[in-house]
Amino acid sequence: MSLLRQHLLTRHSVLPGFGLALGYTLLYLGLIVLIPLSATFFRTATMGWPAFWDAVTTPRVLASLRLTFGASLIAASINAVFGLLVAWVLVRYSFIGKRLVDAFVDLPFALPTAVAGIALTALYAGNGFIGSRLEPYGIKVAFTPLGITVALTFIGLPFVVRTVQPVLEDLEVELEEAAACLGANRLQTFQRVILPAIAPALLTGFTLALARAIGEYGSVVFIAGNMPMISEIAPLLIITKLEQYDYAGATAIAVVMLVISFALLLAINILQWWSSRRTRKAV
Amino acid sequence: MTAAVALHIASPTRSASTDEPVVVRWLLIALALSFLTLFLFVPLATVFYEALRKGVGVYFNALQEEDALSAIRLTLIAAAISVPANLVFGVAAAWAIAKFEFRGKSLLITLIDLPFAVSPVISGLIYVLLFGAQGWFGPWLQAHDIRIIFAVPGIVLATTFVTFPFVARELIPLMQAQGSDDEEAAVILGASGWQTLWRVTLPNVKWGLLYGVILCNARAMGEFGAVSVVSGHIRGMTNTMPLHVEILYNEYNFAAAFAVASVLALLALVTLAAKTFVEWHFGHENRTNIQEQET
Repeated sequence: MSLLRQHLLTRHSVLPGFGLALGYTLLYLGLIVLIPLSATFFRTATMGWPAFWDAVTTPRVLASLRLTFGASLIAASINAVFGLLVAWVLVRYSFIGKRLVDAFVDLPFALPTAVAGIALTALYAGNGFIGSRLEPYGIKVAFTPLGITVALTFIGLPFVVRTVQPVLEDLEVELEEAAACLGANRLQTFQRVILPAIAPALLTGFTLALARAIGEYGSVVFIAGNMPMISEIAPLLIITKLEQYDYAGATAIAVVMLVISFALLLAINILQWWSSRRTRKAV
Repeated sequence: MTAAVALHIASPTRSASTDEPVVVRWLLIALALSFLTLFLFVPLATVFYEALRKGVGVYFNALQEEDALSAIRLTLIAAAISVPANLVFGVAAAWAIAKFEFRGKSLLITLIDLPFAVSPVISGLIYVLLFGAQGWFGPWLQAHDIRIIFAVPGIVLATTFVTFPFVARELIPLMQAQGSDDEEAAVILGASGWQTLWRVTLPNVKWGLLYGVILCNARAMGEFGAVSVVSGHIRGMTNTMPLHVEILYNEYNFAAAFAVASVLALLALVTLAAKTFVEWHFGHENRTNIQEQET
């Protein structure tokens, strides 16, 4: 234990328990997260490159990956626009029930995904409250890629609001006053002063929503219809392959998704570093 | 109602030059609220509407059914194990990261967040690859007649994985912001490490800790994808509440499915209420702390 202290500590501390706390953290992290996660990579390594490539380039897998990313991108974009709008309204204006609305923004974090899934399906099905109103116009939502986008928009909703909200709150009025004094109208002030200031937060929220949407399963399976090549998302295809005891195929798709998720995680970290550097400069 | 809203939407601290015209304000609020109504309030209301549509009798029957009760029991067991486990981990990780300077710290923080970046389905898959019949430890487990996948231990493991970062990521920034002055004073006055943790650190972070536990618990009870992969869907044995909802729904037993779903939705509402309450306290306490420091 004192070994950890000698080799890792870069600054002396009078507090005890470094070895125990860090040792336990690393042990638990290793057992629950790192060893199980590395199992997927070892499994694909034993497959060999050609087998891996064949497994992830079948038309069905490619279609599911395309659908997952396409729908996730659209949902995250919808959330970027409306999330910014909701954050703006919650920070800038006051209206009755604002605190309640503010608290409810986190509902998609708190509501189990399966519950969201069956509720959205009941709403958007042909005989549902919203679905029956869209049917006459020839718009089908449930059991189509459009339904998947609706579900992904629901689960990604809080991310943009919660990343943009604090930045908008801290924005100084003086900046906007200066812009107004120099002759800018409100739209120009928004485009040239406010938007650049909140851009890193907006982009972080967008990336978080995107990362969440790509992996999402529970809220999507009910509304998707799950037809191969048309409305089958990549996480569902992993489960289908597992049920057919095609462990190698399931793991290959999982590795592709993990690599993409880690790339997004890296992007989020870089964005946060960028935005914290910008705010520090401003201060 | 509308007139009252109109009276209240003016923001008093802003001058005309840094505020939008009333009409624009109105439009933006209406647009934001329509979006939230469509995507949040209507789906939530649907859960309760569908649950009670066939009457209160059907509703309570669905909840008292044998399989529903065992699903509730299993959900409580999974949360009762995974939440305390992640709580202990969160405190240990926050102590190491917030109170000491060491090499590789930012890498460690990133690794703790890793489960959030992993799809729930993959979170289940990794344990199947380790403990399943074709997995690394599969043959050994079978020889010793130990079941992890398609049994309760697998469900607990998958739940622990997906809720892994919740407590740690609340505590780490909070304890970093509070610094180590209080703890150093306690140690210099002769307190042991455990005494310092119990009497100084934990009371200081109690609201942040509670906040993390609330979020961790909500996710633990509601997790679907990861648990679905490792459960095997054995009715009355390895079904948690979200999985029970799926089975009932796929059997076209919509009233019962929404009845069980409504219990989970109520849990979500309680979570939101508790979260808002803690945030209010937390914000209040932080403000007074800052004021104390300033004086």
